[in-house]
Amino acid sequence: MSQIPLVDYLVLGDDPHLMAKECTSCGARFFDRRNACAACSGTEFTPVRVANEGEVRAFTIVAHAAPGIPVPFVASVIDCGGTSVRGNLVNIAPDPEHVRLGMKVRLTTVPVGADSAGTEAVGFGFEPLEGDN
Amino acid sequence: MATNKDDVWILGIHMTKFGKHPDLDTVDLAAEAAMAALADAQVSMKDMGVLAAGNLMGASGGIGQQLQKQVGQTGIPVYNVANACATGATALRTAIMAVKAGECAMGLAVGVEKLAGAGLLGGGGRPKADADTWTPKGRFGAVAPVDGRIGTETMPGVFAQIGMEYGHRYGGTSFELFARISEKNHSHSTLNPLAAYSKKMSLDEIMGDVMIAYPNTRPMCSANCDGAAAAVVVSSEKLATLDPDQRRRAVKVSASVLTTDPYEEACQVLPNVNTLTRNAARQAYEQAGVAPEDLDLVELHDCFATAELVHYDNLMLCKEGEAVPFFESRATWRDGSTPVNVSGGLQSKGHPIAATGIANIWEVCHHLRGEAGDRQIEGASVGMAHVIGLGSACGVHILEKAAA
Repeated sequence: MSQIPLVDYLVLGDDPHLMAKECTSCGARFFDRRNACAACSGTEFTPVRVANEGEVRAFTIVAHAAPGIPVPFVASVIDCGGTSVRGNLVNIAPDPEHVRLGMKVRLTTVPVGADSAGTEAVGFGFEPLEGDN
Repeated sequence: MATNKDDVWILGIHMTKFGKHPDLDTVDLAAEAAMAALADAQVSMKDMGVLAAGNLMGASGGIGQQLQKQVGQTGIPVYNVANACATGATALRTAIMAVKAGECAMGLAVGVEKLAGAGLLGGGGRPKADADTWTPKGRFGAVAPVDGRIGTETMPGVFAQIGMEYGHRYGGTSFELFARISEKNHSHSTLNPLAAYSKKMSLDEIMGDVMIAYPNTRPMCSANCDGAAAAVVVSSEKLATLDPDQRRRAVKVSASVLTTDPYEEACQVLPNVNTLTRNAARQAYEQAGVAPEDLDLVELHDCFATAELVHYDNLMLCKEGEAVPFFESRATWRDGSTPVNVSGGLQSKGHPIAATGIANIWEVCHHLRGEAGDRQIEGASVGMAHVIGLGSACGVHILEKAAA
């Protein structure tokens, strides 16, 4: 079955990872398509791989979300080797006894579903590193 | 108090009762606030040289002109402004800038919102259906909606993370600590007859209420409600020609600052509400020649309990990193050294978005004029009002009591 990433900065395959656009003048990293750099207004970017492992810098356990969004889920900001990434924490009980600030996590893929042509969309999340839950 | 010819003053100001107004529309509420602010200033629409108005949920509707059609079409320039939750402060600052620039001697700023029953903000109200065929769209090339799949876009969750991030950096935060901030504001609200909710809530009630986005339960979130606020501003030169009673009740705008967030790592991943607030506060203290310890009261943007904590630090009410011990010292209760949100704050007074940035000025003016009744902070002479609009915009005003 063919696959498509949920967002274009997710690379699937044997070694799933995230790619950022790094400003060649100042090193600021972005995930969206760019017109110029928000830090220095430079206009040249180079694709860089973001570290798969990181540390939870902030999280919330969302109990009430917009209609149609399954709850609860853990929204988080992960510091992946100096690059901050927004993502859900997965493969962990969504309660404050299990989710901790500073916990070590790594990128994993999450199935989103198949479309009418049978193409499977795949997203990402971060799961606890073994021994850190 | 030093004054000079460039100073701008609040001559009249009003906020409506915040809450549910099913029979009043935005024009009714804006008109009520505007007419009362003009009456408070003892002037009329004919005296106004500029009108700045905001209504975020109807930002394309031209609320300024709609208001003129109800209370006075005098042909003056109207600036309809929208700046998220900083919309009211932006309207006020627009009127202040016009007066400061010498374009007119008096201006009117109005903010109004109908938000009762609006529910969660930020994620969109209707279910977002997945497409029949996955097709990358938008600036992230997403094939499906990402809210809930890649973090959260709803406000309670965004601001929850902002408070948690502070805890990660400095330690000392907990669900209970954030709930205690809410307990303070709900306690303060019992003295405010214009608050949407003025019920005291115990810590157990707050922590045991419906969880929205950990660690924010429902009473720890700002209350969506209807309301409006309006202010008349005047130049020093014009004020000098007015009656002694008008001069006595005028409140000096010692600082008026608006900032946006400068780029920093992570600021496009989780909004950084800290740096732009710190920058605005620093500019405001410098403009006013006032230090944080001079403030007799502060109305800050407690859109969520988690947000209030970080702004103690951002507004430099405490030393950097010490917001938790500062709160735990009871400094921010109404009998503390720096009373914060004696109105009840957004969590209980309510948050009709575009009205908020003028209503918090009204609260401060009320105390500086000695007209705050049961909740008067005795002898208040200097106060600060702060708002944050996510995206982001930060408005900070420092206000001082008239000399005579």
